[in-house]
Amino acid sequence: MAFGPHLLLAALEGLVTSAVLALMALGLSLVFGVMRVVNVAHGEFYMLGAVVAWWVASLVTGHPALGFLAALVISPLIVGAVALLAERLVLRRLDYNPEATIVATIGILYILQQLALTFYGPDARPVAAPFTYRVLFPWFGYSGYKLAVVGASVALLLVTWFVLMRTRLGLVMRATQYDRETAQAFAIPVDRVYAGVFALGAMLAAVAAVLIVPISQAHYLMGLDPLLLSFIVVIIGGLGSLRGTLVAAVLIGLSDGIISAFFQPTLAKMIATLIVALVLVFRPTGLFGTSAR
Amino acid sequence: MTEERASDMLPKTSLSRRNVLKGAGAAAGLAVGPGFVRYAQAQSSAPIKIGFQAHKTGIGASYGRWYERTTNAAVKLINEAGGINGRPVEIVIEDDGTDPNRGAEVVAKFANQHKCDIVYGTLFSHVVIGSAPTAGELKIPYYVVSEGHHVASTKLNRYVFQPGITDVKSQIQAMAPWIAANAGKKVTQIFPDFAFGYDHRDYLPPALKAQGADVIAQIAIPPTESSFTRYFPQIPADTDVIYHVMVGPAVLTFVKELGEFYGSNRPQLFGFIDSLEAVDINSPGLGFLDGSHFWEGSPRYAQPDDSDAQKAYRAAVGIDDNGAAVGDPKDISTAAHMFGCWETLYVIKKAMEDAGYRGPEDRGKLVEATEALTEFAEGPEHPQGPKTFNGKIHQCFGIQYISKVENGRLNVVHKTSIEDGIYEPEGDYTTMPL
Repeated sequence: MAFGPHLLLAALEGLVTSAVLALMALGLSLVFGVMRVVNVAHGEFYMLGAVVAWWVASLVTGHPALGFLAALVISPLIVGAVALLAERLVLRRLDYNPEATIVATIGILYILQQLALTFYGPDARPVAAPFTYRVLFPWFGYSGYKLAVVGASVALLLVTWFVLMRTRLGLVMRATQYDRETAQAFAIPVDRVYAGVFALGAMLAAVAAVLIVPISQAHYLMGLDPLLLSFIVVIIGGLGSLRGTLVAAVLIGLSDGIISAFFQPTLAKMIATLIVALVLVFRPTGLFGTSAR
Repeated sequence: MTEERASDMLPKTSLSRRNVLKGAGAAAGLAVGPGFVRYAQAQSSAPIKIGFQAHKTGIGASYGRWYERTTNAAVKLINEAGGINGRPVEIVIEDDGTDPNRGAEVVAKFANQHKCDIVYGTLFSHVVIGSAPTAGELKIPYYVVSEGHHVASTKLNRYVFQPGITDVKSQIQAMAPWIAANAGKKVTQIFPDFAFGYDHRDYLPPALKAQGADVIAQIAIPPTESSFTRYFPQIPADTDVIYHVMVGPAVLTFVKELGEFYGSNRPQLFGFIDSLEAVDINSPGLGFLDGSHFWEGSPRYAQPDDSDAQKAYRAAVGIDDNGAAVGDPKDISTAAHMFGCWETLYVIKKAMEDAGYRGPEDRGKLVEATEALTEFAEGPEHPQGPKTFNGKIHQCFGIQYISKVENGRLNVVHKTSIEDGIYEPEGDYTTMPL
């Protein structure tokens, strides 16, 4: 394939990766920014989102779009509820202690993964895409649904941005992130904000999973790779910085797509990890991060 | 303060005398239970224990599930017919997670902890290669159903056998003439980046060369990959045939993305059914496969000329005419591979009977009896077809099926002969010490 079309294909693949990664990493970043909790179980919320999407879609008969839309609504709600439960039963009891929560979320990771294995099974199962339009470029065909994922992701990111920056709910979250104690002094129910943020973070991962599940399939081990990439994105972008997360997601997604297509996917991961190392050495707070209070 | 802390650290409940007695009683009851007595009295009536190294989890999970069902169906029939040497067969299952390290541990566990007579049933080639040295060290016969060329290469050891399924080198050699004559001369290969894929990488080019065709590109993809479009630009534009063989949980994505990339304007496709094993051929997005060809070890869909043995086998394992589980059309079988479990178990039965196998002390005799086998006739014990067995390389040889996708079914269009797949042995296991 000539260089131009090859680059186009690589960029498209990269954009799809970026779009999903941005949603997922945003959830991770939000949880860290507000709660200072490093949520290692984030990838499993993503997996759970995909598994629930498969379950919902398999219950709905009729046009595949119906099942998909039902999954898009129900799956994040269920995953959010699970996250809320985990927050109430585990994280709150640890008083959000940074070290303890890392260990606890590792535990949640294994619990969710093994529950999925037990009740959903070890198979990869597909969810039908809501539509199967094939975009025809002169050199190759490309899934129309993949392009729609990019669009949907941008729309969801805008909604999240709007909620955070333009609503009272967002204001409360940002206030808690800025200074927990002062926020509490101003009668912000920090405790409930934490619960809400943790659930919201998990829901963002679940939405990302529902979008991706018609492309790849729901599988109980699918959470590990995206978790790694999300951490890379969040560290490069700056822990807790939403703008940094978005920029880093596009950067990592595109470089992953282009390097994978022209060289090797393994090389793409190596370079991403190298960038993380360099960022940690030369700019420990990330590209857009501010030092933790 | 200190007192409070100390009491916190101590368990709140202590063992009561009553609980201790209850536990001891239960343990004693177990020990004198009917099962224990019977086997302790007469070893000859104790079951023959076959350790089944199963891919219950990991990338081989869908194969593992069907290998287990096939194994259970065959063992049920064997036991109903009187077992082996008058003793019932008991299957002990351990999950290896489709992981070579765990595979080796599982083999040791079968030998040392479960006291199994033999180990059996592994599919994924990297697990076989990782487990075989342990089987050799512990001198426990290890019957794999793996397809890889590693057993026949004589690079493993005297205790490893593959009597129920043909190896990749033989499969490729048998099919290369058909590919070159019917599909095209310029072939691009897509294969999984591990041992099984390397067999395809290494043996296809010479086999095609002999038929006047060429492999013009080789693309290796990790079996854990979840996204494939990025690899497709590497396919040269002048490719006549894409020869694809993928494994792992994302095979459906692989085929779907291949369809999105090419649409109906595609080169010829010749795939190993591994790329679609356990996947419904009528899944959305797979329409472009219509008219393409697949290798099948044994046909997934019932064929008009199926033998009675084949029909009985399909009924016993529980697959319908579409190769899906009876009662669950979405649960597609791994029909092209799992027949190997059935046939291997019957080979084990035959070899154990020939050896007069009584227990682990006869493992050497069992190895020699297996090596002495030469032929398996087609029939209820070998429903896939007739086979020959080369005891020097511990490998069987049989027929291959080439099927075409037509109207959402796989119809067999070509059967190779056993001779098509025979090659010169690369070594001789029988010269190795037991």
